[in-house]
Amino acid sequence: MATTRFRADRGLQTRMALTMFLLGLLFVAFMAALVAISVAPLVIAVVGAGFLFFQFYASDRIALFAMHGREVTPEEAPELHAIVDRLCALADMPKPRVAIADSDIPNAFATGRSPQRAVVCATTGIMRRLDREELEGVLAHELSHVAHRDVMVMTFASFLGILAGMITRFTLYAGMFGGGGRRNDNNNNAALMVFAVMAVSMVVYALSFLLTRALSRYRELAADRAGALLTGAPSALASALTKVTGDMARIPTNDLRSAEPFNAFFFAPAFAKGFSISSLFSTHPTLDKRLAELGKIARELGQPGA
Amino acid sequence: MGLLDALLGRSKPVPPDLDQLFGLPSAAVTLSASTSFRPTGAGTVAFKKAEGGAFQGLGDQVQQLLALDGGKFSQQTDSYGFTWLVRRTGPDELSDLVADLHAVNSTLADAGFGSLLLCTVVWFTDGHQPLGLVYLYKRGAWYPFAPSGEQKRDNTVELEVRAAVADDLKIEDDLSRWFPVWDAPGRP
Repeated sequence: MATTRFRADRGLQTRMALTMFLLGLLFVAFMAALVAISVAPLVIAVVGAGFLFFQFYASDRIALFAMHGREVTPEEAPELHAIVDRLCALADMPKPRVAIADSDIPNAFATGRSPQRAVVCATTGIMRRLDREELEGVLAHELSHVAHRDVMVMTFASFLGILAGMITRFTLYAGMFGGGGRRNDNNNNAALMVFAVMAVSMVVYALSFLLTRALSRYRELAADRAGALLTGAPSALASALTKVTGDMARIPTNDLRSAEPFNAFFFAPAFAKGFSISSLFSTHPTLDKRLAELGKIARELGQPGA
Repeated sequence: MGLLDALLGRSKPVPPDLDQLFGLPSAAVTLSASTSFRPTGAGTVAFKKAEGGAFQGLGDQVQQLLALDGGKFSQQTDSYGFTWLVRRTGPDELSDLVADLHAVNSTLADAGFGSLLLCTVVWFTDGHQPLGLVYLYKRGAWYPFAPSGEQKRDNTVELEVRAAVADDLKIEDDLSRWFPVWDAPGRP
């Protein structure tokens, strides 16, 4: 095709690539450090990878189960299916399974280890609050997560953090319970080593935490962008975002707390009111940032002549 | 989408593939010979309206184009926000119909909005059972759609039609992508 109004955002891609590179670099450095202070890193790595693979492999079932999502047939939810059908035809991607979670928290998420195994879930709360055009924007955002294979990317990205966290805990317990009984010449040496491993792991954990969160925010922006371009209506998505985040603050705290571990998959995170977290630690960009980016796309679409 | 595109989160809107559209007239001949389905002369193009002044201006252009054609087209917006331009010709003027539908496509594609084209539906009937041949722009492929009542489709008819026109048209292989267009206008 000769012309298109739908341009890629180079800056965003560069930041994303840089973050992923730094994560990879950190991983290599971490492994080198572990080998240097001679722990059995392989054992820990295998255990960590096993956990993570399970989580990745069963991500659709885990998320649906935790959110009480129920897969629905086209007969049960014709409108939701029709929107997904049309978006998939526009985006040329296989249709994911469609699920509804019976919850009044206005949210939507997409998960699954591959586009073929993906499931898109909307809560009854979001379907009640948004009009059709806004819901379409939200679903386009979630479908973009599927197309970008965000579950896989984020799983691999968080691998290092989980590994470092496990090692920190493992060495802490080993130091507390293992070292007490025996008193021999190696004791001092061993204690020093445990301390070194813990220190390295904690630093790695902190760094990888920040990087993973940054990556998550970039990918949210990328999904916003792809979703807005898919529907050709960035303002509808922006309007949905303001509605959803505005409503979030009024939801009781109990529900929100139980939902928080799944924030990474969500359309907008369900943080309890008054939970102030610096933008550095958050999985989603701020509302202002997201609205500004969508406004930019709206302007691009509005320019006369192609 | 390639691995790198996935890693960088840059799915691009897919451009439409207009090439296979012109296979329709010969498929209609085959269909008439081997089944009882005849074209009704009605066809429609569905696309999504983008927001902003540029698309608004394009809409006006399309309106003018249509007005010049002596009101051959009519326009409808469905409940999902898609615009359907409906063209009605005589049952034996299929090549004109396809050419007209293509004019709409190229207007949109030339203005840079090709990625918002959804599908084209050309309607057939055997007297009581309506049959739509649906062209998916992003796949560059056709599939049959035979609605039989409220939210029900006749899969037997669809598979029979697929077998009949398989040599004339590029048919969508993935059955899960044969999405229904219940409220497509022009249905006999």
